[in-house]
Amino acid sequence: MPLDSGHGMPYEFVLTETRGPVGIVKINRPQVRNALNNQTIAELVEALEAFDRERAIRCMILTGDERAFAAGADIAQMADAGAVEVLEDDRFTQWTRFRAIKKPIIAAVSGYALGGGCEVALMCDLIVASETAQFGQPEVKIGIIPGAGGTQRWTRSVGKVRAMEAVLLGDPIRAVDAERIGLINRVVPAGAHLEEALRLANVIAERPPLAVRLGKEAVNQALETSLSAGLDYERKLFYLLFASEDKREGMRAFLEKRPGNFTGR
Amino acid sequence: MSDDVVLLERRDATLLITINRPHALNALTPETNLALKRAFDEASFDDAVGAVVLTGAGRAFCAGADLKGVAERLDAGDTSIGDDLRKNYAPLTRAIRTSPKPVIAALNGTAAGAGLSLALACDLRIAAAGASLVVAFVRVGLVPDAGCLFFLTRMLGLSKATELAMTGEPISVEDAMRLGLVAAVVPADQVLQAAIERAQQLVQLPRQTLALIKRGLERALELDLERTLELEAALQNLAGQTHDAREAMHAFVEKRAPVFRHTG
Repeated sequence: MPLDSGHGMPYEFVLTETRGPVGIVKINRPQVRNALNNQTIAELVEALEAFDRERAIRCMILTGDERAFAAGADIAQMADAGAVEVLEDDRFTQWTRFRAIKKPIIAAVSGYALGGGCEVALMCDLIVASETAQFGQPEVKIGIIPGAGGTQRWTRSVGKVRAMEAVLLGDPIRAVDAERIGLINRVVPAGAHLEEALRLANVIAERPPLAVRLGKEAVNQALETSLSAGLDYERKLFYLLFASEDKREGMRAFLEKRPGNFTGR
Repeated sequence: MSDDVVLLERRDATLLITINRPHALNALTPETNLALKRAFDEASFDDAVGAVVLTGAGRAFCAGADLKGVAERLDAGDTSIGDDLRKNYAPLTRAIRTSPKPVIAALNGTAAGAGLSLALACDLRIAAAGASLVVAFVRVGLVPDAGCLFFLTRMLGLSKATELAMTGEPISVEDAMRLGLVAAVVPADQVLQAAIERAQQLVQLPRQTLALIKRGLERALELDLERTLELEAALQNLAGQTHDAREAMHAFVEKRAPVFRHTG
């Protein structure tokens, strides 16, 4: 059942579904291996934001199909674009919105995660991949560079050495290698990626939502600031959680050796 | 006999692939390797194929790379051996290892050099009595390739692998069976039949599960215990969702033979 896009229209290129506290957004342009045109990007960001607003949802999964998570930007849409068109391109605004999403997002990747597709996976908070998955930034082969964070997020995830190789050569790496170098969290057998993502999402959904939200915020802050500023930031969020009902419930449940019952308050 | 360098023949659910350059002891050329890779790729996606048997025409299984061709290409300066391997051998080895179907090598005769590598890439080996396996490479000044170093060290351990790789001397298939490289040795005139029979036994088993087992074995080679435990849980989840696993468990409880449908 397609959700409302906010403009009174159902989504055309993404499917959404909820499973208990988990919201799933599936990129659905199989005929072009889930290439990311502007409309698809806008829809997937909108769908994630809608789940972010929904109180019952505690974690999101972004996925594609077996063959492709997303095979990059829609080259057909970019082939004739000039600098001004790209400068005015709405997609970069969308990526800024993606960054503002507060609940955790797990990328469940099978098949191609190339170019923009790889960058979207790297925007997510955890990445689970089928062993068939391939990650790469082939932009250099067509005369550009990654434009949705690829050069920055690869470097922050795996360091300059590996990032240079990905960006300068443009060749994809296999899921097992991506796991080994720390680009992704884990590899599972082909066909099991969504199930594993759901398993992790359900674990996160059981955790106190405020701690999850501020934990995500604190880790992301580490990529932006010096250590001392980051530690100060962390401490403020830490103090903040001591004002929450879930902190009291969590610690009491721990002492009473029972599972906590968290409300997000 | 056909001029095709690789022959394909279906025997029920078993695909028989024959390397067909008997005059050259089935030495591998870019053409044979491409044809073999295509055959494995097609078998991988063909639901009607449950298992594959790979054999050689004539008296050898495969004498390895066609050295005459390699020497000519090197002299002409159009390739390096490294690029030759990347282009003509690695994709074939990958195609066999990543194929979800069990692949049985019917070693009708000698497997030498890259021919041995090819045999080792298969899942099981049935050999003709009197045949031999030869790592060979060092004899022509080369390093074992086409996966040979990987398969030998994993299958035999470092000590025996070193012995075979450094001497390049032949070992009999009888010795190879004692080492665990070969599953069975049968009289030469029965080797193909024995391999096909083994394949026909395998195709009766739940094929989706066989594919998951092959994948699991492949990954387990590179994993530690913790990750293997996690891998097994994930694979078992997939296996447990198949019709055939449920059918087999019910059949076991009901003390009847299971009826597998290999799908769903």
